Amino acid sequence: MKFLCLDCDDVMKFAERQLPGDGTLAAVFTCGSCGREMAMLTNPMETQLVSGLGIQIGGRSVPSQAMELTRTSMEGGRDDAFSLSEDIPRAPADAPTSDVEPAGGSRPGRTAWSPEALGRLERVPSFVRGMVKRIYTDWAQQNGVSEITPEIMDRARTELGLEGM
Amino acid sequence: MRNIRTYSEVSHETESGLLEQVVEQQRRLSERLSHIRAVVAVASGKGGVGKSAVTANLAAALAARGLAVGAADADLNGPSLARMLGVSGARLADRPDGVKPAQSPTGVQVMSMEFLQEEEDAPLRWREPSMGGFIWQSTLETGVLREFLGDVEWGELDVLLVDVPPGTDKISRLLELVPSLHQMLLVTTPSETSRFVVAKSVRLAREAEVGTVALVANMTGHTCPSCGHVSELFAGDGARRLQDEADVPLWADIPFDPRLGADTDAGTPLVTTDPTAPASRALFALADRVATQMEARDS
Repeated sequence: MKFLCLDCDDVMKFAERQLPGDGTLAAVFTCGSCGREMAMLTNPMETQLVSGLGIQIGGRSVPSQAMELTRTSMEGGRDDAFSLSEDIPRAPADAPTSDVEPAGGSRPGRTAWSPEALGRLERVPSFVRGMVKRIYTDWAQQNGVSEITPEIMDRARTELGLEGM
Repeated sequence: MRNIRTYSEVSHETESGLLEQVVEQQRRLSERLSHIRAVVAVASGKGGVGKSAVTANLAAALAARGLAVGAADADLNGPSLARMLGVSGARLADRPDGVKPAQSPTGVQVMSMEFLQEEEDAPLRWREPSMGGFIWQSTLETGVLREFLGDVEWGELDVLLVDVPPGTDKISRLLELVPSLHQMLLVTTPSETSRFVVAKSVRLAREAEVGTVALVANMTGHTCPSCGHVSELFAGDGARRLQDEADVPLWADIPFDPRLGADTDAGTPLVTTDPTAPASRALFALADRVATQMEARDS
């Protein structure tokens, strides 16, 4: 799928994606030469057709997760279908509630979860919990965050555009 | 008329990122399957010929021969493989590198839609628009099958069996995902109707240049346990006819044994409960053919 600005004979660039929640989708494309914008609007069937491919218009904000399409597309998923096989390291009780390193200060190693963040994670249905946990953990590691707190989860969700996670 | 550049003439650098994502999906699938010596489809085209029971018993027989075996249930809408391999209700481990499949008592790694559904008697449903399922359902289910193959942590396997549901379109879906399929076992019965349908699958597999295509005749003669009289369940000799007409080898001739269905339905494949039964011997012979062909290809 490509959009061509006929005045400029230039390929329009993807700019923004919006999911209003009614099954439709809006994707905005902009001409890099003249700045003209256009929105592609899809109906629920067209949106589902694209979703069914397991792809996102405009590219992915987070890496794809194992069995993401299955988990996000199924109705009636078994809540205890998946068990988290790896331990989630808990932050020490006396640790600061947030530990955001300066830009560029990303450090390798495991990311801890505060008890409050774990509590919030526990409220996510286990059918998708492992996937959601990894999204937050990856974001934290990429941003040099050593401990995930509810505030960090909010920040990640905003930056990644994750509704309901 | 204006001269508008065609799709092919326009640069791919559109930043919609769709093509790149599809390529990445295929790369992940290829990488996962690169750790598996042979992907073997158990298909037919025809329904009701015993594909899943053959798959479950073949998997158990291969595992009994000491091979590392996986079994993927591609029948998303009517999954039965988990039940037949005795792992119904198992939980899957969510790991960073993928989903760890369930392990059957016979050591077979199993992935099935059955593990994911909350209610046993609920039909598979998708979060969908209220209409137009015909537009997107096939795309979605192909994507789910791709995840069953590519997002499951199969590890290093000798054989991954894929139980393919009825319909030649389902075989096509699998071939699109796994174009370099190593073996395709086409299960048939002696019936003429089965021959008629399975012939289409033979042609499809041939055109797709599947490495090895072979027939498995299931539910052939029934031997009376009391008097030893052999009676035929189906009129005709469709499997042999298909073998001759399509020039495709017949790798197994599995006699009808009510215990094959009963034991397998109970999660204990017949090859484990009675390894010397005629049907079990035929299934072990089939396992040996699969393994021998795999060895020949690798050597």
